[in-house]
Amino acid sequence: MIPFDYRRADDVDSAVATVTGNPRAAFLGGGTNLVDHMKLGIAEPELLVDVTGLPLDRVEELPDGGLRIGTNVRNSDLAAHPLVRERYPVLAQAVLAGASGQLRNLATTGGNLLQRTRCVYFQDVTTPCNKRTPGEGCAALHGYTRYHAVLGASPHCVAVHPSDLAVALTALDAVVRVRRADGERTVRASALHRLPGAHAERDTVLEHGELITAVDLPPLRFAANSRYRKARDRASYAFALVSVAAALDVADGRVRDVRLALGGVAHKPWHATLAEHAMRGGPATVDAFQAAADAELAEAEPLPDNGFKLKLARNMIVSALRGLAGEDAP
Amino acid sequence: MADTESEITLLVDGVRRSLAVDNRVTLLDALRDRLGVTSPKKGCDHGQCGACTVLLDGRRVTTCLTFAVACDGAEVTTSAGLATDGRLHPLHQAFLDHDGFQCGYCTPGQICSAAGLLDEAGAGWPSAVTADVRTAPALDEEEIRERMSGNLCRCGAYVNIVAAISEVAAKAEPAP
Ligand SMILES: Cc1cc2nc3c(=O)[nH]c(=O)nc-3n(C[C@H](O)[C@H](O)[C@H](O)COP(=O)(O)OP(=O)(O)OC[C@H]3O[C@@H](n4cnc5c(N)ncnc54)[C@H](O)[C@@H]3O)c2cc1C
Ligand code: SF4
Ligand code: FES
Ligand code: FES
Repeated sequence: MIPFDYRRADDVDSAVATVTGNPRAAFLGGGTNLVDHMKLGIAEPELLVDVTGLPLDRVEELPDGGLRIGTNVRNSDLAAHPLVRERYPVLAQAVLAGASGQLRNLATTGGNLLQRTRCVYFQDVTTPCNKRTPGEGCAALHGYTRYHAVLGASPHCVAVHPSDLAVALTALDAVVRVRRADGERTVRASALHRLPGAHAERDTVLEHGELITAVDLPPLRFAANSRYRKARDRASYAFALVSVAAALDVADGRVRDVRLALGGVAHKPWHATLAEHAMRGGPATVDAFQAAADAELAEAEPLPDNGFKLKLARNMIVSALRGLAGEDAP
Repeated sequence: MADTESEITLLVDGVRRSLAVDNRVTLLDALRDRLGVTSPKKGCDHGQCGACTVLLDGRRVTTCLTFAVACDGAEVTTSAGLATDGRLHPLHQAFLDHDGFQCGYCTPGQICSAAGLLDEAGAGWPSAVTADVRTAPALDEEEIRERMSGNLCRCGAYVNIVAAISEVAAKAEPAP
């Protein structure tokens, strides 16, 4: 690790100005991903601007019935918040499905969204990786691909995004609030992360120096009927092989509205718009859920070691939706 | 002092400690190597094992992925610091009574994590195995296992660790 300067941010604007003005500066949240990367030699900032002291640590009710989550709300406090548990159980469950109790006490909302892939070749500086060093090649393409993408990958990168939180936020159509040197902008959670294309080094659409200040959850009545499911290699404390965030609104046996997003399958949380479209207005039946899952996964291109993810994703989508429709759904 | 070093003060197990650290030093290394507080252990140094767990301002955290400089002014309680006036904490005693360890390397982290878990459950926090996250679940074995999943034990003392924590959790619950 190279020596670095450390500063505590006093206010949002100067924090943004400082990092924007120095390409070798980085924001520091809970540190659970960035410090790891500094130890591994993946990240080499010469200046850390610690943003955890900024007063962005509250969950507030918005006038429209939604919630605003400040970036410094720790993952554990987010999952424990009564209004989150009441109105958006999928979000509480997704957060609780990630990492461990002691890591969630440190991890921040913004840091969680901007955590980087767990691709082992990315984390091992002795192997080529386009995400670490553009143009170097991708070791995963000739490596072990059990944990890699089945949707939206490119010949440059087949990594998946590891955040559980981001999958739930995508399903809920949350809005990420971003402060930049010349003002504020908002980005939909589903549009925050990118597909790799020819630029695997860029995980998100954010530019250097842009600070996530909060995430807004829109009012969504039927999100009270929502669920997060996660399949992994051990029962707890592991990243997703496949995860599903779903919310379902059923009336008279028909799907009035539905939200669906997948984790562990792509370079970004995968908003399953094809499946949503296939289900809306149709019958809330297992057959319909299966057909919707098939529609979503039709374009999938599994790698040599991860073909199992397709069947797993299909079964998890169906079981999550069936659970939300009521176990007696036909 | 160079920009890459900082003066910090920590309240460690009730004792105020001031020191100069290179900004690269983690809280774990500051405690062990600089202050001689060896209760928290270094297992993986990457957040994956929980051996370095302490209570930071009362909440359980790993200390290997936190820079000491970012903790300036904080209160740190290690497993050793949970003992008061030479008397063991109920979790210490329960680990002894239930054989909750073999080599003991993971134990200080397990104890701090268990202490944090009891507070979190007391505050009504749900976990990943809570059927309905709107409710505050009772701490049965399944809940304890899930909530302790951030602490690995190479000796595999898990069964007895769960028994030890169950005993303390049962005593903490208000009598029916
Ligand atoms: C052993 C282990 C297991 C884990 N398991 C899971 C899991 O199962 N599921 C899961 O989802 N996650 C898991 N995680 C990852 C964990 O959730 C993340 O490390 C954590 O959420 C990152 O948050 P942080 O505040 O610590 O971020 P930091 O490490 O502080 O920062 C991460 C990145 O975000 C940037 N950043 C931080 N805050 C802001 C901001 N406000 N605006 C702009 N940029 C910012 C930093 O510069 C850095 O690039 C695991 C981590 C570990 C170590
Ligand atoms: S899959 Fe992406 S992150 Fe992994 S080695 Fe290839 S380029 Fe790097
Ligand atoms: S040493 Fe910190 S989690 Fe392993
Ligand atoms: S008692 Fe030996 S590692 Fe847990």
